[in-house]
Amino acid sequence: MSKTLFVPGHTACAGCGQSMGARLVIDAAGPNTIVVNNTGCLEVFSTKYPESAWQVPWIHSLFENAAAVASGVESALKFLGTKDSTNVIVQAGDGGTADIGLQAISGMLERNHDILFVCYDNEAYMNTGIQRSGLTPFDTNTTTSPIGAQSTGNVRPKKPMPEIAAAHGVPYVATASVGFTQDVQRKVKKALSIKGAKYLQIHVPCPLGWRHESSMTIQVAKAAVEAGLYPLVEYEYGKLTAVRQIQPKPVEEYLKLQGRFKHLMKSPEEIKKVQAIADSNIEKYGLKTQA
Amino acid sequence: MKEFLEGSRAIAEIVKRCRPGVISAYPITPQTHIVEDLAQFVADGALKCEFVNVESEHSAASVVLGGVAAGVRSYTATSSQGLFYMMEVLFNIAGMRLPLVLTCANRAISAPINIWNDQQDSISLRDSGWVQMYAEDIQEASDFHMLAYKLTEDASIMLPVMVCMDGFILTHGIETVDMPRQEEVDKFLPPYRPLYKLDTADPVSMGILADPDYYMETRFAIQETMKKVLEKIPVLTQDFSKAFGRAYNGLVEGYRIDDAEKVIVALGSVCGTIKEVVDELRSKGKKVGLLKITTFRPFPAQKVQEALKDIPKVAVLDRALSLGSYAPVAAEVKAAFFGKKKGPKVISSFIAGLGGRDITKDSIREVFSLLTAKEVSCEFIDLKPELLKEKYE
Ligand SMILES: Cc1ncc(C[n+]2csc(CCOP(=O)(O)OP(=O)(O)O)c2C)c(N)n1
Ligand SMILES: [Mg+2]
Repeated sequence: MSKTLFVPGHTACAGCGQSMGARLVIDAAGPNTIVVNNTGCLEVFSTKYPESAWQVPWIHSLFENAAAVASGVESALKFLGTKDSTNVIVQAGDGGTADIGLQAISGMLERNHDILFVCYDNEAYMNTGIQRSGLTPFDTNTTTSPIGAQSTGNVRPKKPMPEIAAAHGVPYVATASVGFTQDVQRKVKKALSIKGAKYLQIHVPCPLGWRHESSMTIQVAKAAVEAGLYPLVEYEYGKLTAVRQIQPKPVEEYLKLQGRFKHLMKSPEEIKKVQAIADSNIEKYGLKTQA
Repeated sequence: MKEFLEGSRAIAEIVKRCRPGVISAYPITPQTHIVEDLAQFVADGALKCEFVNVESEHSAASVVLGGVAAGVRSYTATSSQGLFYMMEVLFNIAGMRLPLVLTCANRAISAPINIWNDQQDSISLRDSGWVQMYAEDIQEASDFHMLAYKLTEDASIMLPVMVCMDGFILTHGIETVDMPRQEEVDKFLPPYRPLYKLDTADPVSMGILADPDYYMETRFAIQETMKKVLEKIPVLTQDFSKAFGRAYNGLVEGYRIDDAEKVIVALGSVCGTIKEVVDELRSKGKKVGLLKITTFRPFPAQKVQEALKDIPKVAVLDRALSLGSYAPVAAEVKAAFFGKKKGPKVISSFIAGLGGRDITKDSIREVFSLLTAKEVSCEFIDLKPELLKEKYE
């Protein structure tokens, strides 16, 4: 028996945050788990025939339908009477979740299937070459929101996917970050202890797409949380129940680590706008540690 | 037991007897009655099954994909736009070699939006890797579902099966149907024993990435299996006739073609109308007949050749188009004779009944009368010239 259910030898890039996240999730979930994966980097780098990194039953169908495939798997397990002893986990990228997969995930949440949906949020369509998604942050330089004479990058802030999930009134919704590994695993375990539909969105830096050193993944992830740009929150039945508090640092501390925000360093005006997003998060979720 | 049933009801009754554990569907006319009846069976406790009400056909197809991947017999039904919305999932199901049965209540495709019958929906999915069977009447439609499960779950096949039945004509028509008893169905169709499934005791990865070193062989394998389907169906129909007393060829069926000079080739419910016209014309001494194609995918080319090789004039009646080219069924029939020494002198192609326009006995008589020594291609029957007058320069 290997120590992990997501074994090495796959073809992820060095420093891939998503591969770290996937390993944390499946090892917290344990062997009695069936994984349903959307199309995306994770599927591609972990299951190139004739190899597979997965030591649990794993299925991939299409880009946008994993929540529905998982609904079918869960229904079949219910029919067989084995659901209570088996976890069903969906894994998808931010694009497969918040954009093209949104309809299927909304259906899954509304029907309250006993499934944990995990979104690995690397903030763009990485598998197809760093195009923007609905979870790409404001002012990010991507291949389809490039900077130029008329552009400072992605024009809109991140779609509030955790709130959208929570609005379905499901028992558990949370955000996490690979910068805080124990917190990821705690949330996975907590989610799996609850019956019904759960949504967990994990911030996973992508060295290639974000253009940072591959050794910096954890540091970059931590910096996003510490700047107030990636609030770590928990909702139960649609109500905010917990937040990870921070001593907010200026957003530049986070932005300057990454090539995708390099253009902002010359533009205090734009940095102010990003700071305003962080400030609004800090205010909205009460992120600031009380002295 | 013989019962007087609406077509949709008959399908729901037979699907219930096939005991799927997961059903998922999304409403679209004319498929709705089938899934409404099934929902009622589940609500009444008459069918033990997880009935998953999804938000789209894309998800309905995905749910049954997941259901059968987890080892449980599953079922869905749709029509027209719904079938198209499922399209990428349907290719995926076939590629993953997952055994499923889908009822397609055939309906025209938008635009213009039209809820009535033709076969453009399923015909457009002919390259998907699904076996396609077309029913002439409600009895066939019902029986084909048992055959379909038996075929799809056969370890040597493992390809999904689409049972196509003409919307409204068969789904909403009422006929006397011989409904088998549950014990009889259980005997013919034992519980599903998956070759592979998602099982924590024996983990497998399904639906993985195949690069250029591996992809092509998976497609070749399906193409080869399609040949096996052509051998398997006649075997299954024999078992079926032993079990239920109804005999089907399952691939093609000739009706009064032995000495025929003119034969119409067709799919689905229109075959009933053609048979009536054949009988009428035969009573007047005209040597005419019908070749019904039951299985369109895989295409039983050899059976078609055997049946038509001595027929001088053949008309192929399509209820769908491949816009800008030959009609879909006509192209197949012609291809079946390409390079063959023996075969019809004329294979003419006719289009009728699009978007629910009735194909009457007169329409069929017209096809026979237009079937002359002069071969025609995509000749539309029952067009209204007064609607074609407007010109835009
Ligand atoms: C219907 C469909 N549209 C587009 C694609 C192409 N595609 C495959 S993966 C992908 C990007 C995935 O992005 P995301 O979900 O964020 O996952 P990541 O690769 O970033 O982990 C796209 C656009 C597809 N496979 N299917
Ligand atoms: Mg992504």
